[in-house]
Amino acid sequence: MSSSNLNDESNLPAGAQATAGERPTIAKPRLRSPGGETTADVATQAKLEVEGLNFYYGQFHALKDISMTVPANRVTAFIGPSGCGKSTLLRCFNRIHDLYPGMRTEGKLLLDGQDINDGKVDVNLLRARIGMVFQRPTPFPMSVFDNIAFGVKLYERLSAREMAERVEWALRKAALWDEVKDKLRQSGQALSGGQQQRLCIARSIAIKPEVILLDEPTSALDPISTGYIEDLVNELKQDYTIVIVTHNMQQAARVSDMTAFMYLGELIEYDRTSKIFTQPGNKRTEDYITGRYG
Amino acid sequence: MSSEQSRSDQPHHLGANRRELRLLARNGMIDRWFERGTCSFAVLVLALLGAIMLSLLISAWPALATYGADFFTQTRWSANQEVFGAWPAIYGTLVTSLIAVAIAVPVSFGIAIFLTEKCPAALRRPLGVTIELLAGIPSIIYGMWGIMVLGPFLQWLAPELFPAGTGLATAGIILAVMIIPFITAITRDVMSTVPSVTRESAYGLGCTTWEVVRSVIFPSVRGGLVGGVILGLGRALGETMAVAFVIGNNLFLHPTLTGQGTSIAALIASQFPEADGIQRSALLALGLVLFLITFVVLAIARYMLMRIERRAP
Repeated sequence: MSSSNLNDESNLPAGAQATAGERPTIAKPRLRSPGGETTADVATQAKLEVEGLNFYYGQFHALKDISMTVPANRVTAFIGPSGCGKSTLLRCFNRIHDLYPGMRTEGKLLLDGQDINDGKVDVNLLRARIGMVFQRPTPFPMSVFDNIAFGVKLYERLSAREMAERVEWALRKAALWDEVKDKLRQSGQALSGGQQQRLCIARSIAIKPEVILLDEPTSALDPISTGYIEDLVNELKQDYTIVIVTHNMQQAARVSDMTAFMYLGELIEYDRTSKIFTQPGNKRTEDYITGRYG
Repeated sequence: MSSEQSRSDQPHHLGANRRELRLLARNGMIDRWFERGTCSFAVLVLALLGAIMLSLLISAWPALATYGADFFTQTRWSANQEVFGAWPAIYGTLVTSLIAVAIAVPVSFGIAIFLTEKCPAALRRPLGVTIELLAGIPSIIYGMWGIMVLGPFLQWLAPELFPAGTGLATAGIILAVMIIPFITAITRDVMSTVPSVTRESAYGLGCTTWEVVRSVIFPSVRGGLVGGVILGLGRALGETMAVAFVIGNNLFLHPTLTGQGTSIAALIASQFPEADGIQRSALLALGLVLFLITFVVLAIARYMLMRIERRAP
């Protein structure tokens, strides 16, 4: 397989390399690096590990022998032309494929060292730990407040006051509170597209997942809303592990610490974002990021 | 450069030559006639409805004038004694239809949920087609099945409730079987209008199928669900042949759920061919009542729908 550099040092999560020789410290969710932005210097551990993952839609071999490690408390971006399998890979992480018949996964997918495809794993609890936000905003047909409370109620029994606090916390986290604090009882579907998408992010955060999967979260949004979401992603990585699929290479460069380039179901190159965009190790990566195809 | 050229050009319709103008004018004329045509079809529906109402009212008038309020309060229908009370038939119509809806709605919703959410792909088509076939079975077949199979079965099952096998509940069950395909098909269709990404994001939160259906899918398609149920109810209210077979045709009011009774449609069907004079007029008055009941049910459904939509967050 072409991603021969997968196992060499340059492919380790950014932090692990920076602290070579020391034992990598475990980044606590609240840990903030001094200054807040130079996260690449903080040592981190693997949150998700993919080992020899193959995925089939019926007969179609959509993911070919993918192996990679997604570091905790980092933003990892998947880029590549349409149909390269980046969304498919993302959807493997919370087993959304389970909803549809005729789809098959082979290989290992570990969350904190535990195989998520293990028969013993409760898929609903898995999805509570790995939240997902989709291309298009998907507010549920209920009020802004209930959109968030709904997910929380699935897992926790909170008093009305605790629930109100949780909703406010989630909306503040998603940078939406100030805009909707007076419309909590209005329909979530009456918000603007950008607000709806932040509502969906708030909904995911509210159940306190460990990983947030973002599947082209800004592809249906205007540039201003996109800016909000990107700032948000930067904020959120302090507390969560984030995996984002994007069509937009500038976006990947702006928000991610690690970037994976995929092509025709293969993982071509996976490295620190700064490296991928300045000195890609593979010709195809270079062609893609310089806009020669895709 | 080319964009600059086109900017200096005159707008197209101003620069049009005579032939083009004539074409445009003709298009406008066709459009006007098209509008008039569609409008007149719509008006035709209203006119037809008015005409039916009016002719029913005229032919029912003798009975209504003779019996007045008695027509609605008398608890028996006896052609020989010229006593015509609509109550037993109204009661039977309402009770059988409500039993039918009460049975059919949960079953239909269950089938639709299974078909859209849980059904293996290989089974989805055959099951869907079977349900549509069920909707196509003529009602007389249901009637014969009811009197030959369902009636005796109920009689065997609970002889004290169904001494003769026939009755209001038997008719209600038959009606339920008849409207299940309709409600199922509509429910399935409206459920599949929910975008898969909405569905996925609900499952993505860790919802179970029941939670997704109850909290996300059903609330998204409230209007369609109510519509499906009303269509089923409308069919049950007006169903004639199957009901006439199994309802027992008892023309006295028995305020029970399982006893024998009659319904408006069954009563009209069984007596109309031999009726004349005041009896005929009374049967037509009964038809008018059925018309009004259906109308009121539809109006209530609309009103409920409006309230749901308005209250919806």
